[in-house]
Amino acid sequence: MNRIEQLFSEKKENILNVYFTAGYPKLDDTPKVARALSSLGVDLIELGMPYSDPMADGPTIQQSSQVALKNGMNLRLLFKQVQEIRANTQIPMVLMGYYNQMMQFGVEHFLDRCMEVGIDGLIIPDLPLDVFENKWKTEFDKRKLSMSFLMTPETSNERIKKIDQLSNGFVYVVSQSSITGNAQSISKKQLEYFEKVKSLEFKNAKLIGFGIHDKVSFDQACRFAHGAIIGSAFIKALSKTSSLENNIKDFITSIR
Amino acid sequence: MKYSVNDKGYYGKFGGAFIPEMLFAPIDELRKNYQLIAKEVEFQKEFHSLLKDYVGRPSPLYLAPNLSDKYGCQLYLKREDLNHTGAHKINNTIGQILLAQRMGKKRIIAETGAGQHGVATATVCALMGLECIVYMGSVDIERQAPNVARMKMLGATVRPAKSGSQTLKDATNEAIRDWINNPSNTHYIIGSVVGPHPYPDMVAKFQSVISQEIKMQLKQKLDRESPDHIIACVGGGSNAAGAMFHYLEDEKVNLILVEAAGKGIDSGHSAATSILGTEGIIHGSKTILMQTEDGQIVEPYSLSAGLDYPGIGPMHAHLIDSKRAEVFAATDQEALDAAYELSRLEGIIPALETSHALAVLSKRSFKKDDVVVLCLSGRGDKDLETYIKHLPNQMANNKSDNE
Repeated sequence: MNRIEQLFSEKKENILNVYFTAGYPKLDDTPKVARALSSLGVDLIELGMPYSDPMADGPTIQQSSQVALKNGMNLRLLFKQVQEIRANTQIPMVLMGYYNQMMQFGVEHFLDRCMEVGIDGLIIPDLPLDVFENKWKTEFDKRKLSMSFLMTPETSNERIKKIDQLSNGFVYVVSQSSITGNAQSISKKQLEYFEKVKSLEFKNAKLIGFGIHDKVSFDQACRFAHGAIIGSAFIKALSKTSSLENNIKDFITSIR
Repeated sequence: MKYSVNDKGYYGKFGGAFIPEMLFAPIDELRKNYQLIAKEVEFQKEFHSLLKDYVGRPSPLYLAPNLSDKYGCQLYLKREDLNHTGAHKINNTIGQILLAQRMGKKRIIAETGAGQHGVATATVCALMGLECIVYMGSVDIERQAPNVARMKMLGATVRPAKSGSQTLKDATNEAIRDWINNPSNTHYIIGSVVGPHPYPDMVAKFQSVISQEIKMQLKQKLDRESPDHIIACVGGGSNAAGAMFHYLEDEKVNLILVEAAGKGIDSGHSAATSILGTEGIIHGSKTILMQTEDGQIVEPYSLSAGLDYPGIGPMHAHLIDSKRAEVFAATDQEALDAAYELSRLEGIIPALETSHALAVLSKRSFKKDDVVVLCLSGRGDKDLETYIKHLPNQMANNKSDNE
């Protein structure tokens, strides 16, 4: 059992997963942000591997990725930073990025490094289900790495089953037809979708993400799933004028 | 069939659909409908009737006597520049708008580099009465002002892409994001043979009318269906795909692709993808692209906005990888020289993109009786400002030539 599976076996509700981009706002802020989140009782960290062309992400995350890349962020450094984080905390950590980044690093080499530094799982939105199943699933399993696939309001029931079957730990429930960072209040149509999500019998936990940006939207999401993922809103909070530590503290205490 | 697409959307090891789940439903819907609808007799009838009466097809296959003399071959120009809206791009937008209409889509989005695809999309949207939003890099909006004005006059909204290099790649990212936000009422008309399956195959098939006509026209003129060589420029690669489509499996026909070398292949300002690129994923397709060791996509450069793209279509990646096609790269200057040469020798002002294909004539030798077809993919009206900026240089060159 890795740290993600451990978490979901112990805790079934109000799970808070916070996303941030590695190397943002400053190159060496990654361990500082992670430690602060861990000490504030965040349940899970989703660490973004900054990418030049993040297809599934909105302007906030893309912009933070550009800053991080300009700061000099790369995968070798990111793995070192994760190692540094692991020296102090056992918080479950997943990496979020794009398949091309894994390919260029060498997929197996990439997975080896994840295992060595203490990453627990991956979210790779553009990795197709069949490529994962036929090519990489056993490599993930060998290294006890979880994989979380995304489902959306448009995903067919048959495909939802497959997504739960191939995922491990949690399924990433995309709250709306949208890129990340579109904060809107919940519509009637969305409520129906959330009811459906709630009723799905999954082997995995469900975390709702995209558009979760404050206490109200977090609490609402938690009524229908095991917890929720906050990304763009946290990135925005990181760029506020106060100190990094205060920005993080203010934001997380406003959610919990 | 060694060079055509398989049922999973792969050309050899290239292609596929590497897309986030948010795009799965709209692309799956498109794939299924495309396969059914494009085969329908009614669809094909309407497509070809619009190509004939609205676009002005077939486009002439013109034996260019002066260039033929100069370069020692029988050079035929496939005159896509004479199409309505001034380039080959409209062949594809006619096909996709008919498809979108039959799928009940109310809103059309597109990306554009040089603005030719944007104009071609705005045109067919005006024709069919559909809302049209075109994403275009801020840099390209500056350098292709006449086409921006055309799109606006045709009723389209032009939205600037302000991220990254603010060119074609970023416009494509923005269009994809728009589609993620509007998956059910919107169709995304991609302008080249790039992107996730079924786009490369679909765009190539709609453009394949070019090689279909070349076959017929050569038969009429020379009593043979195949040329010895076909030359086309490649950004994403749609005019090359169209001009070569019916000859892919006929290995006696030599295929010549010409990329944009920008300021020189090793200058750090280039778009010579197949030379500078490696295998990876861009815009949902596994292909050859310009990237760093870490897999970050590199900003390309070319004076020509239509070739300023860091990837190539998966079909071309396969043609190059399997050595089916020859590849050349032409610099900005070589393209400008070729544009002036065609203007002075044949009285045709080509698009800057097309000029890269023309530049190959002075880079490679042909036999006297070789039948060479060059896809004259677009006309140069949109590039006049760039051409005129370089006019003094050209005049000086001509003068020193004569002395």
